[in-house]
Amino acid sequence: MKREIPLIITFVAGVAFVLQYFIPHYPFNRFENLFSDWFSIVGAFAIWLGALSLIKLCLLNISKKAHDWPISLLIIVCFLAIVVAGAIDGFNGLKNVPTTSFRDPGTNFDWLYQNVYTPLSATMFAILAFFVASASYRAFRARNTAATLLLLSAFFVMIGRVPIGDYLSAWLPPSWQLSQWANWLMAFPNTAGQRAVMIGIALGTVSTSLRIILGIERAHLEG
Amino acid sequence: MKKFLPWIILVALIIVVALLPKPLEISPTVSVIVTVLLGLALTGVLVMTMRGHLIGRRTVFLFIGASLTLPFFMNFQMPIKVAPEVQELYDAIAKLPPGSKVLAAFDYDPPSAPELQPQAEAFMAYAFKHDLKVIIMGLWPQGPQQADMAIQKVLQQPAIRAKNIKYGVDYVNLGFQSGNEFVIQRMGSSFRGMFPRDIYNTDCDKIPILNGVDNFSNIDFVFNLSSGYPGTVEWVQIAVDRYGVKLGAGNTAVQAPSVYPYLSSHKLTGLAGGMSGAWQFEQATGEPGVASTYVLPQTFSHMVVIGFIIIGNVALFVGYRKSRQEGV
Amino acid sequence: MDSAIIGTWLAALLTLGIMSFLYKDNLYYKICEAIFIGISAGLWFITYFWDSLYRIAWIGVVHEGRYVLLGGVVLGVMMLMRLFGKIGWIARWPLAFIVGATAGLKMMVYFTTNAMAQIHGTVNDTMAAFGGSGLYDVVGRIVILIGTVTGLVYFYFSKEHKGLFGGVAKVGTWFLMITFGASFGYTVMSRMSLLLGRIDFLLTDWLKLVK
Repeated sequence: MKREIPLIITFVAGVAFVLQYFIPHYPFNRFENLFSDWFSIVGAFAIWLGALSLIKLCLLNISKKAHDWPISLLIIVCFLAIVVAGAIDGFNGLKNVPTTSFRDPGTNFDWLYQNVYTPLSATMFAILAFFVASASYRAFRARNTAATLLLLSAFFVMIGRVPIGDYLSAWLPPSWQLSQWANWLMAFPNTAGQRAVMIGIALGTVSTSLRIILGIERAHLEG
Repeated sequence: MKKFLPWIILVALIIVVALLPKPLEISPTVSVIVTVLLGLALTGVLVMTMRGHLIGRRTVFLFIGASLTLPFFMNFQMPIKVAPEVQELYDAIAKLPPGSKVLAAFDYDPPSAPELQPQAEAFMAYAFKHDLKVIIMGLWPQGPQQADMAIQKVLQQPAIRAKNIKYGVDYVNLGFQSGNEFVIQRMGSSFRGMFPRDIYNTDCDKIPILNGVDNFSNIDFVFNLSSGYPGTVEWVQIAVDRYGVKLGAGNTAVQAPSVYPYLSSHKLTGLAGGMSGAWQFEQATGEPGVASTYVLPQTFSHMVVIGFIIIGNVALFVGYRKSRQEGV
Repeated sequence: MDSAIIGTWLAALLTLGIMSFLYKDNLYYKICEAIFIGISAGLWFITYFWDSLYRIAWIGVVHEGRYVLLGGVVLGVMMLMRLFGKIGWIARWPLAFIVGATAGLKMMVYFTTNAMAQIHGTVNDTMAAFGGSGLYDVVGRIVILIGTVTGLVYFYFSKEHKGLFGGVAKVGTWFLMITFGASFGYTVMSRMSLLLGRIDFLLTDWLKLVK
């Protein structure tokens, strides 16, 4: 029963959403609404599972005095700092008249969001710019036709999407300037390739989803 | 001495920055000289690469840092041409009569803010100035907070302050809800099913702007700002295809190329992609903002990256020619 | 000291800490990374609590009497059992629900929007090409037709890519390369934009070198 019940649940949930797509009336719309609400709640618990798994791992590292255990301690401290701040601000907000949100400007949560979370998360992704440039210099070579097409396409997009493209091609008629080339490239050849990829993925998704609903694909039940 | 070199450089930089006049702006002549020097430095890299000496990654990083930092002190104005898809987005918003209900979905987080926050600010400013009623929500936890930041900034504008914009009457923030595309699906039958209360836990039945707003059929336009999953793709798949809403989107540049098929098949009414989309959208709406100040640094960085790609390939072809001459 | 000034300096120091990785991996970067991990996990934890669990589950059950939502709460609590080794298998039930629901919804929306609507769009575009638009549109729409068909032929791996079929698939490869090149160009733009935002913060808000 450890495997059969989850397969039945997968089937029922999947069929409910397929049926309501074709019959959006009672009782199928009620099932859809109920399952959507459940999905929201279960989704929140899934995030909680992720966060608590991280804390569990950090606590294990600290208890075993593993390598870099002070880093694990720092992770837990920061986690608790924002959780406690958000909890206190939220409960205080409920007591206020009118009620306020834990996110409001001036709350401790908002201060941590603006001055700790935002700079860290933004910078983590921002440093990728340096690596993209380094990779372009070292690895981006037009060794064959396909690579040359890729390179030319990237060139036209990069130069056409900034005003200097039109500045450099100002001697051409307006409809032949570099920004128009970029527009045409994005609207037509890019659309064609993206469309082919999109249709291919869609057909693959349909077949995989059907396999999951019918219980042929059971990878999600492993572990 | 070599061990302390980075620290010496850091201290020297701090002293230089402390002594600089603030704010700092360099004259057009100096700007041209700096640009020429950057070009000469790139030429030097080309020569070195052709001789077989690939420059280190930290040197590449320095070039990128310089190309993005120095233009902030320059004062070149560059004309902005609005692309057809951005114009289409603006035209769709401009057609909305005063009092129209617009659902603004903020589906992004701080890393995407440089590209999407200017679009959010331009849109909110336009909406408030033209009496559009904005219902804000988010499929990402950080979205509603980014929305709030945009609104707080926009409300400082004198023209908008004069309009006496009221929360609950002119705009409302429903907050974030977990469930990804299932949230959109549920909103199709009932907004209150997913958002029984707003971000301040006020019952939605008591919020004036939400009177008569039951589901998507009561919404005139959806404006989505998206940087990934869940985002524009899910809004098109469910809100547009199933419930027939009119959707316009602002996307990060990473996502934008992949939604062009939706634009072509008329599922999406307009698209502002990346930073270029942001400054074009500001231009189209007449709300110049932060994105318009990023035009010059963005241009410089693109030219430097293009320069590095060309340098790498010139070195490749020089290498091919050499090996052919040597009979390899 | 003003909390805004402390906040700005803290944000700047954290930004520089992450950027120090560009020189080499170091303790300063590791500390900033650990702070980021902890703060991110905590932010998602508390946000999902207030926005989903409190607003939907608690208010729905306690204030609105929607006891059916308890089903979702029970499934959610079962999900948390994953943390405990021996009874972790219980988490398969809510996972099965999530996977099944997602599969059911995705199957329909992907088929209609990403397959049928795109094929419909391609056919429409081709018909419109003969409808008297300018050269820009006519050539473009024919390019869309050729690119979409040849791209799909490339993805058909059940037949060997030889002869005419192989030639068509090769054209498809070229279109895909143009697509990936456009994506790369946009990716460069995106990454540079993200870095621009950080540099703007350092120069404008922290050092006040730019107005």
